[in-house]
Amino acid sequence: MEGLGRIFTDCDPDHQRGIFRAKSKKLIDKVTTVPEAVRNLVRDGDYLAVGGFGGVRIPTALLHEIVRQKKQHLGFAGHTSTHDCEILAAGRCFDRCDVAYVIGLEARGIPKMARKYFESGAVECTEWTNATLSWRLRAAAMGISFIPVRSMLGTDTGLHSAAKEILCPFTGQKYFAVPALFPDVALIHVHESDTFGNAHLRGIQVSDQDLARASKKVILSCERLVSTDFFRNDQERTTIPYYLVDAVVEVPFGSYPGNMPYEYYSDERHLQQWMVAEETPQDYQAFLDKYIFNTADFGEYLALCGGKKRMQQLRDLEFLRPPQAEEVE
Amino acid sequence: MISTEYNGMELLVCVASRYLEDGSSVSVGTGLPVAAAMLAQKLYAPNLLVIFEAGGIAPLLPTMPISVGDSRTTYKAIQATSMTEVMDTLARGLVDICFLGGAQIDMYGNLNSTMVGTDYRHPKVRFPGSGGANDFGSLAWRTIVVSPQSVRRFVTKVDFITTPGYLDGPGAREKAGLPPGTGPYKVITNLAVLGYDQESKWMRVESVHPGVTLDEVKSNTGFQLLVKDPLETTEAPTEQELRMLREEVDPLKLVIGREAK
Repeated sequence: MEGLGRIFTDCDPDHQRGIFRAKSKKLIDKVTTVPEAVRNLVRDGDYLAVGGFGGVRIPTALLHEIVRQKKQHLGFAGHTSTHDCEILAAGRCFDRCDVAYVIGLEARGIPKMARKYFESGAVECTEWTNATLSWRLRAAAMGISFIPVRSMLGTDTGLHSAAKEILCPFTGQKYFAVPALFPDVALIHVHESDTFGNAHLRGIQVSDQDLARASKKVILSCERLVSTDFFRNDQERTTIPYYLVDAVVEVPFGSYPGNMPYEYYSDERHLQQWMVAEETPQDYQAFLDKYIFNTADFGEYLALCGGKKRMQQLRDLEFLRPPQAEEVE
Repeated sequence: MISTEYNGMELLVCVASRYLEDGSSVSVGTGLPVAAAMLAQKLYAPNLLVIFEAGGIAPLLPTMPISVGDSRTTYKAIQATSMTEVMDTLARGLVDICFLGGAQIDMYGNLNSTMVGTDYRHPKVRFPGSGGANDFGSLAWRTIVVSPQSVRRFVTKVDFITTPGYLDGPGAREKAGLPPGTGPYKVITNLAVLGYDQESKWMRVESVHPGVTLDEVKSNTGFQLLVKDPLETTEAPTEQELRMLREEVDPLKLVIGREAK
């Protein structure tokens, strides 16, 4: 079987090696602002991949900025994407998508406008699975052009992927060869980073280490900047090394309204408001104007969402503490 | 001892939990499968290895997670790893049971969670897609589907095979290249527990829930069902199961407070 879907990215590792070679290996200060990072590193037409797990450890500030700067014709890796997909769909920023999981917000439901965006024909899709997209990034991280997998065989998911059936030269077993995925830009939210882009992320890694290795440009947002000694004194903390990273922005509560493990829990109330706003185009436009287009930066967004008090409540929730902040009210 | 005071969701959780053996591994999403795994751990399977596809391995779940990757899935966990490692583990044959759902299922247990319609490029309704469902349905040893039962969901032909069941019958999975010995195991609905005939791989009713008739099961199914002989009645939740479920597994009624359809 040969998948009917289109491959949206170049999977030839020899075309990427030069790009990776040209990346500076100098320990230089890469700290910048959210608008600058997006302006300088995300071009219209780029293929974008987002770290985290949809509503967990997501780079919300960068995603809002992409919408605010009206980036267009992006490709998008719909890998474990939920609220990140919802934000980019709100800006109609992408028109092609490798789909493993899109539109839905897991058990919370499926927002109406994001679904319509995919149903309207505005987005060209190629189907995959969570494992296949993880493994496509793995192949890219390995510097090879494809990887054999045992998912999707015999199904319509396979038929509408861009995989090709191959036989193992040793055992004769059937596999789907899936192409390496080298995104143009990866956006990854982490717990700590130094100014050079050495990064520490805690909890589940999803595919983010391979994503950082596979991507031509990497923008990190972090909860807090730390000194390089944080890494030099305990090298196990270096989940992403600096030489993969192009820009670093410091955004406290940067995964809000998503969950940030060991920091704060998801804001289910705000995610629900977002879902309700998607019921009609008018409500949705007003909602997006209020929370994205008419806010100057992520700080304003957080202030609109309840500010410091709300963030403290979400920290209490994360640590399973009784909600102190609410009692003070 | 059997209790008669229970709701549909409580029955589903209790029934699902009984299929989880001590010392085996199960991958769960959110909601009902998590409750079933927690209940099994407390009653029958203290050494059940619970795996979340996003990377949470063997947590001591303090409450129900909202996301398959949220903090609860790594609370006091043995490991917080990557999705890639979970999928590798799955491919190596270490996941015994997976729980899946879908918008449509056919008599061979094929699942659709991608789209409704006849033209892939112009879906009538678009769903999120496979996520990890295809991977688990392909590579876990046994797949248990939990689903409300209706003619709209139990159809002769799913619009899109997102996740493989027995595909088009005996031998089809192996022919497609899927690992031998894997595939659909049980379907647990609000009306009955269904399994598959070993020869034909066709779905069959194995037990109907207390108070449900075989005719009700059939009239809520869009294809001809096989029926196990003798047909049994699903064992109702015991008082011990219900007590544990209500007091320790889901005191906030996040799962058992919902309707079983």
